[in-house]
Amino acid sequence: MEYAVQLRHITKTFGAQVIANNDVSMDIRKGEILAVLGENGSGKTTLMNMIAGIYFPDSGEIIVDGQQVEIASPKDAFALGIGMVHQHFKLVDVFTALENIALGLDSDQKFDLKQVRAKAEKICQRYGFELDLDQKVYEMSVSQKQTLEIVKVLYRDVNILILDEPTAVLTPQETEKLFDVIRNMKKDDKSVVIITHKLHEVLEISDRVAILRKGEYIDTVETKDATESSLTEMMVGKKVELDIRRSERKDLVKRLEVRHLTVKNIEGRAVLDDASFDLYGGEILGVAGISGNGQKELLEAIAGLQKTEENSSVKFYEKGKEETAVELIGRTTKQIRDIGVHMAFVPEDRLGMGLVGSMGMTGNMMLKTFHNGRGINLDFKNPRQKAETVKEELEVLTPSLNTPVSRLSGGNVQKVLVGREISEEPTVLMMAYAVRGLDINTSYTIYNLLDDEKKKGVAVLYVGEDLDVLIDMCDRILVLCDGKVNGIVEARDTTKEEVGLLMTNLREDGERDE
Amino acid sequence: MSSVLVAWILRAIPFGTIIMFGALGEILTEKSGNLNLGVPGIMYLGGFGGFASAYLYEKSTENPNAAVCVLLALFFAILASVIGGLIYSFLTVTLRANQNVTGLALTTFGMGVANFFGVYLLNGASYTAAPVTYATFSKKIPHLSSMGWAGKVFFGYGILVYVAIAAAIILHYVMYHTRVGLNLRAVGENPATADAAGINVNKYKYLATCIGAGISGIGGLYYVLDYNQGIWATTDQIEALGWLALALVIFTTWKPLNAIWGAYLFGMLYWLYQFMPGLMGINVPGYITDLIQMVPYVVTMIVLIVVSFRKKKENQPPASLGLSYFREER
Repeated sequence: MEYAVQLRHITKTFGAQVIANNDVSMDIRKGEILAVLGENGSGKTTLMNMIAGIYFPDSGEIIVDGQQVEIASPKDAFALGIGMVHQHFKLVDVFTALENIALGLDSDQKFDLKQVRAKAEKICQRYGFELDLDQKVYEMSVSQKQTLEIVKVLYRDVNILILDEPTAVLTPQETEKLFDVIRNMKKDDKSVVIITHKLHEVLEISDRVAILRKGEYIDTVETKDATESSLTEMMVGKKVELDIRRSERKDLVKRLEVRHLTVKNIEGRAVLDDASFDLYGGEILGVAGISGNGQKELLEAIAGLQKTEENSSVKFYEKGKEETAVELIGRTTKQIRDIGVHMAFVPEDRLGMGLVGSMGMTGNMMLKTFHNGRGINLDFKNPRQKAETVKEELEVLTPSLNTPVSRLSGGNVQKVLVGREISEEPTVLMMAYAVRGLDINTSYTIYNLLDDEKKKGVAVLYVGEDLDVLIDMCDRILVLCDGKVNGIVEARDTTKEEVGLLMTNLREDGERDE
Repeated sequence: MSSVLVAWILRAIPFGTIIMFGALGEILTEKSGNLNLGVPGIMYLGGFGGFASAYLYEKSTENPNAAVCVLLALFFAILASVIGGLIYSFLTVTLRANQNVTGLALTTFGMGVANFFGVYLLNGASYTAAPVTYATFSKKIPHLSSMGWAGKVFFGYGILVYVAIAAAIILHYVMYHTRVGLNLRAVGENPATADAAGINVNKYKYLATCIGAGISGIGGLYYVLDYNQGIWATTDQIEALGWLALALVIFTTWKPLNAIWGAYLFGMLYWLYQFMPGLMGINVPGYITDLIQMVPYVVTMIVLIVVSFRKKKENQPPASLGLSYFREER
């Protein structure tokens, strides 16, 4: 068996407390597709970053093509034929695709963009990429950026390509396309490593699966011998129920009546276009759509964070006062929140919205209650209790309630964010990308929490990325396409393909049927 | 062409040249993501280094050689300002200190150094001079400069005026047509990306900042040894010019070619009050002159507002301007 990369006893720590990788030894074979699977904070990305030269291991050996090597920088990695596509794209926004590819090329060669273009075009042809080399990165969609990233790496003649959660931002159709490309690369005898936590993708694409748990290497198994539940068990360390709980709808009460909701962006384009729908207490309404198709604007408009156009109307039926509708448009964010409409939005960088990284859990709880103190003094007691409850109920791993949340792992940060909104006992709970980047175990905790809320009669509006989850968890799914409501389907009767089509193809009539 | 207009231009272009040097250096620095607010200090260092070396040389010999004067002055002006840039880079890049604070401290430091050692040069007098060096730096192009108003307007300046224009053009070429420029811009926009592409981020930041400081420092040299007629006195004006150079960087939207006309425009606006009576028949009372000299800053603010409204990415400051970069930051 020929090995492309062998890792021996790799250990990496950040500061004194965080051990990202502990004594990891594993192999990457030549010409295989290896999936690296693990929960959040299990050290998958850190480990791969060490092969790609972003981090340097504290101890241990890296062996490439049988030679022990030292990879001190990404440049060293490229020289060894190792390239990595990071989860957060490493692209310069104001550069064209071509300039991004030319960036950091070996300085022995002449600086000739024409030559770069010719080679890049050849790569695109060979693997079937569609890429406009003169397009500026800030004008590109997420999947275009990813394509560019891959071309950029391939341009450097790599033999080992590492992809960090490549499908997290793609539609099912785009994912299929990416997988075709990956298979093409395998045919070229390149090794491809995919970091992911989506089990069905692991089973579909990989040859072998390496599993990490809490920074330690567990095992590598042949994909053909693995099942979703066997993999999960190895990943989590215990058996996990893989069915999302979905209680039956009952006692539906209309909570929100959204009509003709329109939001224009700074250039005057309607990013949310004439959206109309109803939301009932006791159901979960899922919102599907390719990212950037109005999901954020929809939630923010309801929460009072966006300026809406004329004719927009959001009627809210308060608990106990169902006969009188309250118009939310025109109210301030705080007023809207105080009558029971809550939003938790998890942005791509997780910390960008809703939490202050340098503050602890208590401080972040306080962000929404700071006005409750007596006089000019802050009320510390309630937020602290609330933080305590959230910490216990959602099993947030933090050294103390006052540890800055930016030091927590992504999953724990999200638990704090979601937990805070739930603890306010909302009537309407809006949540976007709540499980973004979370591992299975934590994701299921959050799904179950949402189901609990629904059983309590809360109206849940859930914007999600994973279609499988939306279909398994929600009662109805609203599909956004180009800012328009392109259809609302019953989750129990729909298929992934149907939703996927609604996401990408705007229907002629643009009307919804239920 | 009206003689008032010619006089105005003759006033504006040398003035513009000072801030053009300052701004060009700072554009280079900022393109690497370093916001060096120490430009005034660096211009002080450059001006003082240039003057002190020329002055001491002129004093030490009977017949100072003009070429030696110029080379010495340039060498020490650049050396002094590069040291300023080096201090800034060491603090902000290696030690990752806050860029704004470091820059402001450098301004105070440069002023202090120049004025402190300036006392020794002055030696009790109210001013000292380096006449030979001044004469060499301010030497106009013979023949051409005496051909009517056009000769005066285009050729009636010392050599550094043309060096500044050449520097702007070279800087533009390097930044937009070479690999080094591409890498440099990437470092300023997104250091993590540049790093992942195998570019030595710290090296680029150091070099851009130090070379940038060197260029800015020449502005100080030009001020003392040409504009101010080779005279070292209290020279409080350098600081104001340094801030104006920083404003000019914003005005140019970080493009060296814009610095050429931008600097001259700033010069025209700065001296507007003197030529208003002659050109427009408006009399300017003494207490208003300072107000009119503020016009360049107002123009800069307008440019800032317009640029931020138009949201064109290419006109925005480098995306990571003012931020330190640490690869293993989590």
